[in-house]
Order: sequence, then C-alpha cells, then structure tokens
Amino acid sequence: MADLCVHIKKRLGKFQLESDFEAGHEILALLGASGCGKSMTLKCIAGIETPDSGYIELGGRVLFDSQRRINLSPQKRRVGYLFQQFALFPNMTVAQNIAAGAHDKPRAERKALVEEKVAMLRLEGLEDKKPRQLSGGQQQRVALARILAGDPAAILLDEPFAALDSYLKWQLEQELSRVLRAFPGPCIWVSHDRDEVYRNCQRMCIMEAGKTDPPRDKHLVFADPVTHSAARLTGCKNYVEARAAGATSVFLPPWNLTLEAGRPVPQDIAWAGLRVHSLMRLEGDGEEQNRIPCRVQEVIEDVFEMILVLEVEGSAPDSPTLRMELPKAEWQGQTRFQVTIAPADVLLLR
Amino acid sequence: MDWYPLYNSLRIAWISTVVTFFLGILAAYYIAKTPRVLKGILDVILTLPLVLPPTVVGYLLLRVLGPKRLIGQWFLETFGIRLVMTWWSAIFATIVISFPLMYRTARGAFESFDETLAQAGQTLGLSGSYIFWRVRMPACRQGILAGTVLSFARALGEYGATSMIAGYTPGRTATISTTVYQLWRTDNDAEAFLWVLINIAISFVVLMAVNMLEKRERSKGGAR
Repeated sequence: MADLCVHIKKRLGKFQLESDFEAGHEILALLGASGCGKSMTLKCIAGIETPDSGYIELGGRVLFDSQRRINLSPQKRRVGYLFQQFALFPNMTVAQNIAAGAHDKPRAERKALVEEKVAMLRLEGLEDKKPRQLSGGQQQRVALARILAGDPAAILLDEPFAALDSYLKWQLEQELSRVLRAFPGPCIWVSHDRDEVYRNCQRMCIMEAGKTDPPRDKHLVFADPVTHSAARLTGCKNYVEARAAGATSVFLPPWNLTLEAGRPVPQDIAWAGLRVHSLMRLEGDGEEQNRIPCRVQEVIEDVFEMILVLEVEGSAPDSPTLRMELPKAEWQGQTRFQVTIAPADVLLLR
Repeated sequence: MDWYPLYNSLRIAWISTVVTFFLGILAAYYIAKTPRVLKGILDVILTLPLVLPPTVVGYLLLRVLGPKRLIGQWFLETFGIRLVMTWWSAIFATIVISFPLMYRTARGAFESFDETLAQAGQTLGLSGSYIFWRVRMPACRQGILAGTVLSFARALGEYGATSMIAGYTPGRTATISTTVYQLWRTDNDAEAFLWVLINIAISFVVLMAVNMLEKRERSKGGAR
C-alpha cells in the first residue's frame, strides 16, 4: 500500500515538472542530475512550492488536490524536510532547535522529547552549543533530531551529503541510514550520486529534465536502465550507436561489429551501453562470445587502476573509444588485445 | 543654562525611533514580497525622503498637517488639536526623514536572510509570527539594530523639516538643532558652540555603542 502518492505538474518558465510516483514504508530515491527538478518535487510535497495541478496524498490525508482546491499549508502537512544546508536556526542552541520541532507539546513532554532525540542521534554534550559551533555532520544530526521531534509522517532528504566533505560522508551515511530505517513512514532521498543511492535505497526513480520514470527496484535499474540518460546516471561510461541485428543481437555501425545480447532486442534501441566493470581482457583464444579487438590509444594512471582508452580495430574514424580499467598489476604495456563482455551485460538503450 | 532643547530633542528622537522601527520593518518585510514593478515604485517613494531636502519634506508636511489643510483641519475641528507648532509636531518630521534609513537597512537585512530557515520553520509547523519574531528577526538583528541607531541619530539631528513644522519657541518646541541655529543667528556664539559639542558627544556615544555591540556579536559568534 502506498503511503505517499505524488502526481503533480508545475511549469517554471520553459521548464516543465512532471513528478509521478508512489512510495510505501521505504526509502525511495530520486536520482537525477542537478537542475532536473528533484528539489522542486520535494518542495511541492512539503508545501513550500505549489504545483499547477495534480494530487499529493500522505498516509491517507490529501495534502494537495488541484481539482478539489485542497492545498494544506506546510505547517499542517507533517512532512519533515532535511535541507541541503540543514537550515538550523542560528540564534538557537541545539536543544532549542530540537525543541522548535516539538513547539506544540507541553513543556515537560517537549523536554523529554528533546532528551530522547539527543540520545538517539548521539548529540549528548552539545545541547547548549550554537549551530555554527558544530561540524557539518553534527549539524545534520541536529536537523534530523529536530525533524523527528516533530513526529513527521514522511521525511524528505535533499542531497543530504552535498554540504559535507567527502571524507566525512561514510560514517554519516551509515548513521543516517540507521535513523531512516527505524522511521515508520516513507522517506524520499534525492541525490545525483548513484553509489549513495544504491547503498541506501531498495527502489529508485530516475528523474530527467523535470520528468520522473516509474520507480523500479535498484537492481533492475542498474541491470537494465532502458534509456541513455538513465544509464548515464547509473554510471555507464561507454556508449555506441546500435540497432537490432538479429533476434538477440545488436549491430554497432561505428565499430562495424555485432554483439550478442542473449535476450530479445527491442526494435527501438538506439544505443548499446558497455559498463567499464563489465569489460574483461581476454588471454589467448577462449570460447567467449562478443570479442572486441582493440588497440590501446591512451593509458591514464588512476589511484588503484590503470584507465585504458581503447580504439576498436576496424572502426570508422571518430567513432567512440572504449574505456576500461585494469588493476595495475595486470597492466604490462600491451598495445593491442581483445576485450569481451558477457551478453547479459550489454545494455540495450533507447 | 536652559537644558530644555536636550530633553526635547531626546524625547522626539526616541519616540520617532520607536515608530520608525515598526514602520520600517513592516514596510521592508511586505515590500520584499510584492511583485517586481510595484516593488520598484514603492521602494522609490519610501526612499525619497532620504534624498529630498528636509525643507521640501517640511513643506509637504505643512501642506497636509497645517490647520487649514486636509488632515490638519479635520483634527482641529474634530479634536480641537493643532498638529503643527507643538513640541511633538517635530516627531512627524523626524519620522518621515529617518524612515528610509530604517527601511533600507532592514530591507537589506531581510534580503540577505536565508529563506530556507523560514521554510524549515514552516515544515516544522511553526506559525508565521513565530518564524518572524524568533527566527527572521534574530537572524537579521545586526541590520535592524544598525538601522534603528541610524534612525535615532538622524532624528536627533533633524533640522530643516522640524523648524518648519514645529518652529522655534524656547522652552516649548526648541530642539538642539534649532537652538544652535537660533543662538548663532543672535550672535550667542559661546552657547551655540556648547550645544554643538553636546550634539557631537551624543552622536559619538551612540555610534560607539553600535560598533561595540557589533564587535561583541562577532567575537561571541566566532567565524562566520
């Protein structure tokens, strides 16, 4: 059963937002590049922005319905919003910030609630500090405590790690994940970082140019992104123009090469995507299908791998190169070798 | 020596600052939210007294508040109160003249306010007035404090419009600024100089107080 239903449209100049998804008691990710409308979607759910038309429901309550002219104020929606910069009140202490989330409770209850959230988010000893005296991670935890003190029906996270240094991220992510898993309602996690989203969510919505794709299981999204843009968001780096060649194979005109896909190929595909991690270097003559003869064009040393930029032999001039990575120990300065990819790993994209 | 001008100047400046404080903040808050074209026009009108000669402001005030003019006549007939040539007439002048200083500094402070703080407050269920008084105002405290002090200092020093609407009557409408002019005009140079020194001393103390408040604020706040 869906706890949160979002079906909204909003026009902003030339930009058209169309968000359609439903979330149950889960962490649902909205994965998209910056400026694709992810934050705007969250603001519409929270009531900070008003959609032109549509419908938003949360836990059986209608928050917004353009047809019935329902538009609850943000105050009445009970939607917790974790802002990118956390939006802590700078003039208040940590305890006062958290108490502001429970301002409508009697004093004694409020005090107990603050103590409970302080303990839950390990903020002991920081109660009397001002936000500017805290680290970024501590600020995030205070913001979460403040949201939870208000007993929201849903939590929205707007790029929760955008404002934090990457070396802080790992521990904070686990902490955040722990809190969200214990939360009894839908969480919408907005991000442009596929790794972050993959680690923390079961289902995700790809969002592109203001439009959401239907939510799908993350394994499905990564195994079969369906579109070029979704593949790019999931981190695929190699693309070649492609068309269906047989029932289960694709022809790649720029490389003058046919690859076996091991499954029926839709007629409307335009691209084949080859993930860096799906490409294997072949030693000698094996039984493998999908052999791609390559010449090494460029070698770039990364921290732990060698990144190889490969030119496919027999390809047309200016055709796409192939990027692959090898552990440093396996790199012996070869100038040409064969690369293979398992049929199931060939992404068929529109 | 008659200390009446000091007393009168301080009470005029004080009352006018209280009024300007609320008017300026209200205007700054609501005008920041109006559509762009209307905002531009209102902004010009409200800032105009800053650049107009005080005598022009005084003239316009007399045009509406004078005993034979629209508002002035109504007040006289209804309440039997003359709006001009009393000690508190000067308050009208100082409010109009010092208003733009309060309005503009408050508006600057409101414009640099991080709106996500207000949005966070809304999603937490906080009422509009709670957000305004407990979040927005404290965050804009510096600008609002600066505006208040500048308004006070300006009201204290107002001469042109005050002299037109309240005149100069020793012991009744005399302020420091009108007294200085009157003493100088009547060749009482020594006493005029004394009032000049008093005026400078007050302004000095007021501005020093602002600087110290700001410095304390900064050291308490650490970085940022």
